[in-house]
Amino acid sequence: MIGRYKFEIGCILVLALAFLATQAEFNRFYYFAGFAILQYVMIATAWNILGGYGGYINFGTAGFLGVGSYVAIGLIEWGDAAIVWQVVAAAVVAGLLGLFIGYFTLRLKGVYFAIATLALAIVLETIVNNWDFVGGAAGISILPPRKPELLGILIVDRKGDGIFSNSKEFLFFLMAAMAIFSVWVARTVERGKLGRGLNAIKDNEEAAECMGVPTLRLKLIATTLSGALMGAAGGIFPSYMTFVDPPTAFNLEFAVNSLAMPMIGGTFTWLGPVVGAVLLGTVQQIAIVTISSELNLLILGVLLVIFVTVAPHGIVGWFMKKNK
Amino acid sequence: MSETLLEINSVTKTFGGFTALSNVSTEVLSGERFGLIGPNGSGKTTLINCISGLLQNDGGKIIFDGHQLDGMPAYKRTATGITRTFQIPRPFHTMTIMDNLKIPVEFVSKPGATQTEIADEAMHILETMGMAEKANQETAGLTQIELRKLELARAIAAKPKLLISDEAMAGLTGTEVDEVLEILIKFNEQGMTIIMIEHIMRAVMQFSHRVICLDAGELIAEGVPEEIVKDEGVERAYLGV
Repeated sequence: MIGRYKFEIGCILVLALAFLATQAEFNRFYYFAGFAILQYVMIATAWNILGGYGGYINFGTAGFLGVGSYVAIGLIEWGDAAIVWQVVAAAVVAGLLGLFIGYFTLRLKGVYFAIATLALAIVLETIVNNWDFVGGAAGISILPPRKPELLGILIVDRKGDGIFSNSKEFLFFLMAAMAIFSVWVARTVERGKLGRGLNAIKDNEEAAECMGVPTLRLKLIATTLSGALMGAAGGIFPSYMTFVDPPTAFNLEFAVNSLAMPMIGGTFTWLGPVVGAVLLGTVQQIAIVTISSELNLLILGVLLVIFVTVAPHGIVGWFMKKNK
Repeated sequence: MSETLLEINSVTKTFGGFTALSNVSTEVLSGERFGLIGPNGSGKTTLINCISGLLQNDGGKIIFDGHQLDGMPAYKRTATGITRTFQIPRPFHTMTIMDNLKIPVEFVSKPGATQTEIADEAMHILETMGMAEKANQETAGLTQIELRKLELARAIAAKPKLLISDEAMAGLTGTEVDEVLEILIKFNEQGMTIIMIEHIMRAVMQFSHRVICLDAGELIAEGVPEEIVKDEGVERAYLGV
């Protein structure tokens, strides 16, 4: 019985751990680094639904994240929406964007699809650059509410009356919950008919179609889901950063990381992106503090080359092979 | 006389200025073993792409078992009962043989079945193909004949009324050709209508009840195998004299 729900129990334990961490009052930097890593777990997991299961390489992660961020900013500017609504709206808009982009670009294969998605990110960044309501090219500062409430419960209060003593800790916990949720979504997809259909599409799309797999529909579901999760990961970003400008929200580093992490961890299972994101995210955070933030991409490039040549099925694939 | 299962009515397909199929009309009867021959580039594969839905015909009509197929995407045609194999085998290469077969079972022949039922059905087909012991093998190490048999097994797993076999025997040895023929005849005897595209004359003539020959996108001959081999147009198309 317990064996069957091992994954769900694991999720709850990790979430509980994240909550305990928020109560422990560590150095602020650890929450910051943890938030970045958890955000990458979510982004890499979202990317893998389309890229790992379906074989469509999305280079436009930054576009979906940026849209999520700016939907949240728009809602804050427009009506001081609560963080939960920011995230939900970001997910909905980015999901619709995924559906829309999917419909127009999924006829393209391989590198052409990748180029189209990369173009999407650039087009969106240009639009936001010229949109003053959300700060335009100069960026925008966000003031997180001092005493946010959810369903009548005080969430954050500096004097200790709320659940969390500051909003960074609360957002860290929310990010953990969202990351776990997205891993659960990916795992559900992977183990279901959708995942099997996507795998067939990855292996041979025409053969899949001729074997009765509704390829276009499954791909659209995948782009929508993947886009929505990326959007949600972007939606929480402005409140956490408190200052967002287009180069941050549409940072190409998101695109590179979101595909490097699953590839290094292993694209064929939900565990791959998680392992890749935790490992690479941690290395990057350490590198930022100890060496320089510019070195990040170099480390990433070197690791990617090593893994593609030595362990093409990623870390998880390498270990599974060893155990066979 | 059995009824018409597939009606191909003046089907035309062009690629830019090139006419790959021009006004091809024929019909395939239910339960028939139907041969499709023609030199390279004559439009055989284009015709079956139009039937299976990977291409849409530009003109004419294709009617299968009461369904008008024009404009219908390939996966829906599979659901109406048409499956095909590919000239160059296209296995789902990251999956095991078993998982390859489970795809059409899950998506077409047994939608909504449990994983156990799907696995049982896939295993049953592998057994009839003599591939049961390879069920959990990856497709990477398969030999030509095994790949061809997998391609057929996967198509058969969709439980089609009409199976289109696109050069399932190319590159096989004499005994392997016989092995594939035997499989196809066995499923035909269970009621499956089969269209066979083949360059190996011995096989297609031995197999077919009726044969059509395409040349440069046009249907040039139609008849029983004995007539086709004597047909002057067919001879000219193949030998170029």
